[in-house]
Amino acid sequence: MGTQLRLLPEQASTIAPEVDHLAYYLLAVSIFFTVLIFGAVFYFAIRYRRRADTEPPQPQHTGLALEIAWSVIPFGLTMIMFGWGAEIFFKERRPPDDALQVYVVGKQWMWKLQHMEGQREINELHIPINRPIKLMMTSEDVIHDFFVPDFRVKQDVVPGRYTTEWFVATKPGKYHLFCAQYCGTNHSAMTGWVYAMSPQDYQEWLAGGPTGSMADAGARLFDDLACGNCHKPDGTGRCPNLTGLFGSTVMLADGRTVKADEAYIRESILNPPAKIVAGYQPLMPTFQGLVSEEGVVQLIEYIKSLNPPLGQAQGNPTQTTVPAREPAAAGAPPANR
Amino acid sequence: METAAVLERETYLNASYGLKSWLLTKDHKRIAVLYFITVSIFFAIGGAFAGLIRLELLTPQADLVSAETYNKLFTMHGVIMVFFFLIPSIPATLGNFFLPMMIGARDLAFPRINLLSWYLLIGGGAFAIFAMVSGGVDTGWTFYTPFSTSYSNSYVIATALGIFIAGFSSILTGLNFVVTVHRMRAPGMTWFRMPLFVWAHYATSLIQILGTPVIAVTLLLVLCERSFHIGIFDPALGGDPILFEHLFWFYSHPAVYIMVLPGMGVINEIVSTYSRKPIYGYVFVAFSSMAIAVVGFLVWGHHLFVSGQSLYAGLVFSFLSYFVAIPSAVKVFNWTATLYKGSISFDTPMLYAFGFIGLFTIGGLTGLFVASLGMDVHVHDTYFVIAHFHYVMVGGTIMAYLGGVHYWWPKMTGRMYPEDFAKLSALLVFVGFNLTFFPQFILGYLGMPRRYHVYPPEFQVLHVLSTAGATVLALGYILPAIYFLWSLRYGKVAGSNPWRATGLEWDTPSPPPTHNFDRIPVVTHGAYDYSHIPGEEIEVG
Repeated sequence: MGTQLRLLPEQASTIAPEVDHLAYYLLAVSIFFTVLIFGAVFYFAIRYRRRADTEPPQPQHTGLALEIAWSVIPFGLTMIMFGWGAEIFFKERRPPDDALQVYVVGKQWMWKLQHMEGQREINELHIPINRPIKLMMTSEDVIHDFFVPDFRVKQDVVPGRYTTEWFVATKPGKYHLFCAQYCGTNHSAMTGWVYAMSPQDYQEWLAGGPTGSMADAGARLFDDLACGNCHKPDGTGRCPNLTGLFGSTVMLADGRTVKADEAYIRESILNPPAKIVAGYQPLMPTFQGLVSEEGVVQLIEYIKSLNPPLGQAQGNPTQTTVPAREPAAAGAPPANR
Repeated sequence: METAAVLERETYLNASYGLKSWLLTKDHKRIAVLYFITVSIFFAIGGAFAGLIRLELLTPQADLVSAETYNKLFTMHGVIMVFFFLIPSIPATLGNFFLPMMIGARDLAFPRINLLSWYLLIGGGAFAIFAMVSGGVDTGWTFYTPFSTSYSNSYVIATALGIFIAGFSSILTGLNFVVTVHRMRAPGMTWFRMPLFVWAHYATSLIQILGTPVIAVTLLLVLCERSFHIGIFDPALGGDPILFEHLFWFYSHPAVYIMVLPGMGVINEIVSTYSRKPIYGYVFVAFSSMAIAVVGFLVWGHHLFVSGQSLYAGLVFSFLSYFVAIPSAVKVFNWTATLYKGSISFDTPMLYAFGFIGLFTIGGLTGLFVASLGMDVHVHDTYFVIAHFHYVMVGGTIMAYLGGVHYWWPKMTGRMYPEDFAKLSALLVFVGFNLTFFPQFILGYLGMPRRYHVYPPEFQVLHVLSTAGATVLALGYILPAIYFLWSLRYGKVAGSNPWRATGLEWDTPSPPPTHNFDRIPVVTHGAYDYSHIPGEEIEVG
């Protein structure tokens, strides 16, 4: 069993058959040209082998039509590869809005995963089948890469930013998870398993986990770090009110605007002076080193949970753009830079 | 007596004696020989690392070396093979020796700089070897940050300095070639009469001059961050790791063409000589080299499809990557068409050329897989990529290099190699190569990631095949090393033109005199004019 020879990985996600179909096309073109070139070389080599050392040479002519034909036809074939590949890539890179989100933190040499419901896993990911799963990923140290061959998905996990990856698993089963970006000594041990489960099994698995969601953990962390001293829910604090923040458009002190997504919130926690909200002063200290990447994503989930329930359906984030951060609220003096 | 005549004649080999006469030589042919010895040693070292890697991968568990050692092995295999073997291999040996001769020049434009560039390679190599014997380096030849700047506990600085120094060798060689081609062509040697080998080297030189400074700067930035904690690439210091990937591949993708274009140049000479025909579509082949050099600078982002670079950047880089595929395809088609109605002989260099055409075709076609966005996401950083670039670098460049060394060996040494053993070596290399690397395409598509010391047991069968192939491949490489050395003393004495080839380098005795030609030739026709077959021997007094 361990040494059986397989030629293709399993097709365990919705995108897997599409990638394989593209691979068949590429393979067909490759085999055609390989046979053509090998065949021609072999045939010519034998047909025109030297029979006498003084054979009279053949006249030579270059055919312009031939040169154009063998440039343009292959180019046309490659444009199909380009377009087809791009179409799949766009699907792979654009998660649907209703995807179930899981946070992934890579570090030398393990995967740490957190589910919204509060479950935390190491080197294992349990997911329901037939449901889009979106991974929101970052790294604590070097670049890693979250690769599930049977799903045909792969994405680098980069320190200092969030990258996403999504898929819909189609078959219950246990699938390899590999780190595909070289990350140091135990790179080849940074592996694990993705367990795709029927929805019922997944619900059972969830029920066996800890009580308290990721947002709850974030709320506890929010209290521990005393964030609420300044970020007051009624808008009277020295720092912006966070209610309804996620997904809204924030006006900055320098006149720019920014969409309050995960990356913005992460940056505001770890590097607060980078983007100062209009009407506020750069008072906040950095929390770099005080809060881990896992803590940051818990805080993000907590901040998301502060949105009115309507907005949490994620259908229409613009509805929540009741700007909680009008300039010069709270009677603060204008930012001095 | 022919033998006596050759031995008494003054050649570049017996013009002066002693170590000093070699180490201070300004003769491009002697410098080429120095390079040949140097890169052969680097090839042996890099090959030994590869052998250990294949041996370790025979079983899924760790049994031969530790994880740390394994990581150092593949890093040093990559560093040595890319920077100290493949990049200098053909240009600095065969190019150095034959580019001036092919255009009817007595030397390169700057003989002293030519010697300097060899010393720079030696200096860079010394740093790299120092890093290896002191404990090695484990970043991968790609030096991705922040691993290389903030996390690796190995000899990153020494290795990077070695590559930095060797880079200047590459730049100076390129500069020398460009000036030589512009300024030192013999009377009548117009641009479109030049052998395609020279065109290929001209295109390569442009990449070396324009691309290499970027890797030099990038490595300096790595040193700044690693030594002085200046935040450039590490996000913990305020840097951006994707920036490194862009800078690194801005050089390292064109570097692929530094490695393969000269090989394509060699194939032109061999295919023409052994089919006694001009290269079909000469102008198209010449311009395809230039097109590869230019477009090759615009495709580096296809190494970043899964890095987190923007979707639209990925789109542009995928599109442009297909543009660079076409000139390569044009070359393959034209070589094949050259065989049509030729007078084809199966001497060893031609066997290597056939091997090149086949393996480069497979390497190029699998490049179409990895240039396709949706496809690359799956095979990126797997063994599929390893197989792809080994088909281009080993199946392409090294096949061409060995073919070229066999082709010009009689000219360089004045001796013939034993033909039967040489044919056997060509066969062993071809079979061994395919057995080593073809299974890796399947491994990669199955999902086996690169740079894995241990792996799941279901991949073992294919790894065993690959290791078995590597054994055959090693024999194919060791065999020429033995019979080339043997031929220096016992080989049949070669005439000035044993293949009855056109080309000015065959128009002077073997081995050539120090100044290449007794009289500077006047060129009256294009390269590869086989309207009459050149005589085999030219008696020289």
